[in-house]
Order: sequence, then C-alpha cells, then structure tokens
Amino acid sequence: MRFVDEFRSADKAHALAARITELCEPGRQYKFMEVCGGHTHTIYKHGLEDYLPEAITLVHGPGCPVCVIPMGRVDDAIHLASQPDTIMTSFGDMMRVPGSQGSFFDAKASGTDIRMVYSPLDSLKIARQHPDKRVVFMAIGFETTTPSTAMTVLRAKAEGLANFSVFCNHVTIVPAIKAILDSPDLRLDGFIGPGHVSTVIGCRPYEFIAASYGKPVVVAGFEPLDILQSIYLLMLQISEGRSEVENQYTRVVPYDGNLAALTAINQVMELRPYFEWRGLGFITHSAMRMRSEFASFDAEVLFDVPGVRVADPKACQCGEVLKGVLKPWECKVFGTACTPETPIGTCMVSPEGACAAYYNYGRMNRHRVVEVELSQP
Amino acid sequence: MTGQGTNWVDEALREHEEHAATEHPATEQPATAARRRGRPVTQAEREQQVLDRIEAARRRRPRIREERITMSHGAGGKASRTLIEAMFLDAFRNPLLAPLEDAAELRINGSRLALTTDSYVVSPLFFPGGDIGDLAVNGTVNDLAVSGATPLYLSAGFVLEEGFAVADLSRIVASMTAAAAVAGVQIVTGDTKVVERGKADGCYINTAGVGVIEHDLTLGVATAQPGDAVIVSGPVGDHGVTIMLARGELDIEADLSSDTAPLNGMIASLLAATSGVRAMRDATRGGVATILNEVATSAGVGVVVEEDQIPVRTVVRGAAELLGIDPMYVASEGRLVAIVDAAETGPALAALHAHPLGEQAAVIGHITGDQPGIVLLKTAFGGTRIVDLLVGDPLPRIC
Repeated sequence: MRFVDEFRSADKAHALAARITELCEPGRQYKFMEVCGGHTHTIYKHGLEDYLPEAITLVHGPGCPVCVIPMGRVDDAIHLASQPDTIMTSFGDMMRVPGSQGSFFDAKASGTDIRMVYSPLDSLKIARQHPDKRVVFMAIGFETTTPSTAMTVLRAKAEGLANFSVFCNHVTIVPAIKAILDSPDLRLDGFIGPGHVSTVIGCRPYEFIAASYGKPVVVAGFEPLDILQSIYLLMLQISEGRSEVENQYTRVVPYDGNLAALTAINQVMELRPYFEWRGLGFITHSAMRMRSEFASFDAEVLFDVPGVRVADPKACQCGEVLKGVLKPWECKVFGTACTPETPIGTCMVSPEGACAAYYNYGRMNRHRVVEVELSQP
Repeated sequence: MTGQGTNWVDEALREHEEHAATEHPATEQPATAARRRGRPVTQAEREQQVLDRIEAARRRRPRIREERITMSHGAGGKASRTLIEAMFLDAFRNPLLAPLEDAAELRINGSRLALTTDSYVVSPLFFPGGDIGDLAVNGTVNDLAVSGATPLYLSAGFVLEEGFAVADLSRIVASMTAAAAVAGVQIVTGDTKVVERGKADGCYINTAGVGVIEHDLTLGVATAQPGDAVIVSGPVGDHGVTIMLARGELDIEADLSSDTAPLNGMIASLLAATSGVRAMRDATRGGVATILNEVATSAGVGVVVEEDQIPVRTVVRGAAELLGIDPMYVASEGRLVAIVDAAETGPALAALHAHPLGEQAAVIGHITGDQPGIVLLKTAFGGTRIVDLLVGDPLPRIC
C-alpha cells in the first residue's frame, strides 16, 4: 500500500540498524527519549526495539494527551457532564481515563450523556441538533489538536451558536520537556522530537534543548523507518560531537511551523499561569485557556467547576513513567493491580500510554524470543 | 454517584498485595536466586519476574469490578470474557458449558448434537453485502459448522420497536429466507415481542440452532499442539470495516461489502479432505486476534503469527490505518480460522482453495510450545510483539 509500505521496509530497517550499530562506541550506553506517545505506540506495534543494539535504550516521554490529565480534571469533566440538559463530547481515548469516581464510561453507564466524537466539529453538529441542550466539548491534547479546537470555537462564534462551549485542557509540550531536562532523576543523550506537534509549532521551540542543554533533537515521523532513521541521525550527531535540532519529518513538518494554525490558537486561547499535569505536578505556563473575549464558549466560566485537586493513588507511579525514570514494567502495580481493563494510572489507558503499549505489545521475554528465532531453520 | 469509586483502587491494590504475599512459586525465581547469592540481578531477569507475576495475576479468578454494565462488556474482549466467566459460567456451571466453545455438544441416545444461540443488534440494519437478517442466519449456522456439526434447524426471535417499518421487516425476513435456503437449514420455531418506541433500536434478532455431528473428531481450541498450522480461509476484517463505514460517521467511502456467508459447505469439504483439523472458529467479534488468544490460553501453547501472511484487502488495511485499528481485531462474518495438524496442511489448504469462500485461504502462523498463553506477531517490519485481547471494541454493535 502506497505511503505506508515504503516506510515499513524490513530491508531498509536492517541497513539502518547496521549503521546505527556501527556508530555505537564500545562500552557506552545511549538513552534517547521519544517525547511523543505516538512514537511509543509505533515502537511497540512494529517491534522496533528488535533492531536496536543493546547499547541503545528508548525512554518513553510525557507526550501522551490523556496520560497527563490529572484525576481532578476528569472529576470536573464528569461534574460538568452531569449537569441538567448537558451533553459532553469527547475523543474516544478519554472514555476510559479514571477519575476518582470512575471514568467517562462509568458515568455514561449511570445515565450521563457523554458522546464520542471524531472531530471537535462533530460537537457543533450535536449542538445544532439539540438547541435545548448545552453541549460541552472536553478538549484535550498538545498543540496537535489545539488548532482544531480553536477553529471550532471560531466557527461556533461565526454561526452564533449559543449552546456550545469548550472545557479546555490543552497542554503545551515544551515546558514538559524542560521539566524533564531539569529533573535530576534522568540522564538522556538526546530526544526523538514530536512529529505532529511540530507540524504546528515547527522546530525552533526545541533549539534551547540543543543550545542550552547540549542534547541533540531529531523531529521524527510516525512510521517505524522514520523512528529508526531518527535514531541514526541522533547517533550521527553524537559521534560527530554535534547537538542540533534536525528535522527527519520534512514531508510534513515545516521548520517554522504552521502560521495559520498558530494564529488561530492565539486568537482564541492564551497560556494559563500554571496547570496540573498528572504525575508531574504543577508546571508554569504549560497549558492553554480560553481568552476572555471567548468567555461565552468557556465551560469554566459558564459552569460552576469544582476544581478539586485529587491526589493520584499512592501506588501509582505514572509520574515516574511519564518522566522516563521508570520503565513501565518497573512500576509496582504494573500488570497486576493496574491493567488496561482496570487502569489505576492514565499511562495504562491510552494506546499511546507507555504502560498500555508495553502491556499490549511488549509483554514478552525478548531475549527468549530472539533465541527461539535463531534456533529455527 | 458513578460506578467505581477510589475504593476499587484500594481493593485492587489490597488484593494484589495479598496475592503477592501468599504466592510461593514452586521454583525459585532467577532474580530472587541471584539476589540471595549476592549476584547482581540482570534487567532480563527482573523483567521476567514481572512477566511471571502478571501471568499469575491473569490466572486469578476473574471478577466484575464495575457496578454497572458498560459497552466494554459487550465488545468481545477482556471485559466480555470477565462477564461470561465471573457471571454466567459461575452461575450455570456444567461440563457442557465449561469449554466455552461456539456451540455445546450434546449426546442424546448415541447421537451427537450441537446447540448454539446468538443475538443480533447490528447498527445499521442494512449495509453493503447484507443485513441483520442474513447475518442472524449465517452467524448461527457458522457457530454450528465450526463446532463440526451439520446445521439443521434454527429458531428466530424478534424484538421489534414500536413504529418499525413493516417494509423493512419484510426485507429482513426475505433475506433470512434466502440465507436459510443457501445454508440448507430450516427456521422451525420463533417468537415476536414489540417494545415501546425508544426502548429498542428498530429490530433485534435472536437465533438458536441445532446441528448433528456425524464424524468421530473431537474438535476444540484446547487440543491445539506445538507444530500445528494456523489457517485463515480468506481476507479478514471486511465486515467490521463495512459496518463502520456504513454508519456514515467517518466520511470515508470505500468499495467494500460485508463478507457474511454460511461456512458449512466449505467446512464439510475441509473435514472430508482431512482428519487433521483440531479446532475451528469463525472470526467474528474480536477478530482473528481474539481467537488465537483463546487457543493460546485454552491449550496452554504459544501462537506465532506472520503479519505479512495474513490476508487483508488493501481497502480494509487502508481504512484500518486511517482509523488506528488493527485488522487482526476487526470482525469478519464469513471467515474461518482453523488449527490443523502440520502434516495435513496441504490437503486442508487444497480443500479450502477449491471452495469459492476459501480461494484466498493461507497459513498465517503456527503453534509453539514456547511462551505458553502468548500470541506473538512477527511484524511485516521485521520486529516481534505480542497480540493481546482487546479491552473494548472500537466498533460496537457490528453483529
């Protein structure tokens, strides 16, 4: 199939893997963080780690939209959804995320009107069909999804749609990366930069990582060869003593980003002074809220949001997993008390969450698999 | 108040710790042994210890934690399995139900009969390639056929919503008549209920079926053995993707129709050609992946599948790529998965290829003694990963 198979060629993967191995200095270990949950998913789904030499470890980063939503925000959303004459719309990923009193699925089973949508624009359709109801869109995601929320609000304003609002939970990736760089727990050798976020914000926002922290960054696409090539580019930078921001995903990402999308975001939203991230705590200027000119579309203004802060369950180590300090299977409750059926932490919910990806795709003894394969004719 | 409170988290953790405290593995873990001898524990050993702990957790008796039924309970994945085992199997427990095969095998006065039932709630009721009517006949015929039975008689129960168009009902009934004729079965008893507007979605159908088993084979996923071949009878996922596109929510158009078809003719020629068939399933809700997990769990074996050997139509693959779903989990309504003695692969494939429904039949993998309980996929990219049961179905109400 065109546009897919050429990015999954096993022959090219073998060739790249050989060049990556050649670049490994004997005795040295390399740790790269893939910031984006979409990359984590690709790595596990295609078994990409089979190609990497043992000297290279991939550390899974915080870029999973639903993983970073704290329990309190889920509770707030369910509170909004259970107001009289209210319909909440949300992306499917959000449905299983546990709040302190259960998930959207549980709320839905108890009679709350929560509907899955594929695009925020579908919420406008629902709002038009139900003029007697208040339709609230649970907006989540990094800069990848923020422009579509902004465009939806602009459309609602243009149409004069009075029964639509947004519960804004959009977050920004750069402060989270900075928090990880400043954290004393982890020593990284470079970053596989987020691809889709960068289609919007471009590559410039990562330049401080290379300049001030001396770590190479390669913005990568989402097919397995994209990721393998990005690892090769990171290794090449290290072997040549460079630390730069490189763009592997040039077929989609312009170095300066998408000005129209950034303008739309800026028109509708502004940075919050701070926002709570699941497991990472409060991070300054790390999320978006609606501008006061759009207060009539802001669910946090229109509704009485409790805003209660709920502590994560003590046993949950999502914070350490999101920061890359722990591998998913090193969490105390991984796979036993916390499973995709009954997730305690958010990392076990979304297909992009590191724990869910490892549990669903990687839960095997790789050493034994390799041995068995070698023993076969 | 919604279903689960934080109390279930506490409960899950307490249960986890109790088990951790009481479980004494028969053999000492390499990691524990290493620690005792003062040798540093390798990452592989620590990882294996976690994997073993997870396997132990998965073998525990399933429990329903939710206070209310959610859509996941009907999705054919883990939540469905928990509901079936913890609720229905626990209550109705008997040796005929316990194998949880597609049909129960009954022995009456020396004859072997198979009995099965299934309910159909597909939305939309009409879709390219079929409708709820032929689905309701073919689905039950197939559940009998994959149990090794010759399907004979069906029942049909209708739950109709007030206001449902009589013209639509007669279309549905006409396609049931046609499907029954093709499959060579008769609909011999039935029931009709009408509920108030809004209490059902147009039309639901339940069918039950009886068939006779006329050979000496004992079929069942628990009989799979290392070395056996895994065969699918044709491209997978057509039905699920057709239904999803027919709902019109995605604004994707494709030239695709449901694969709903009766499998009894093809299965009869397969069983006539070889006695090496160990188990058969029709790859409905949950897809090929779910069946292979049932094989791995029931027989205590590993299953290794080659991704690039699985027949998938380009249009299904394209839609699945766009939607981020895996064709291995998408339902078919006329595809067979068979576990066959490796020595009999040739005759089995020849019999399938000779039938119009099996022209694209292919060996997609094999059974192994290594890593029991696990389905491993060798990806087309050249890596390895496991294929687990889904938690919830991305496409509810496909049948």
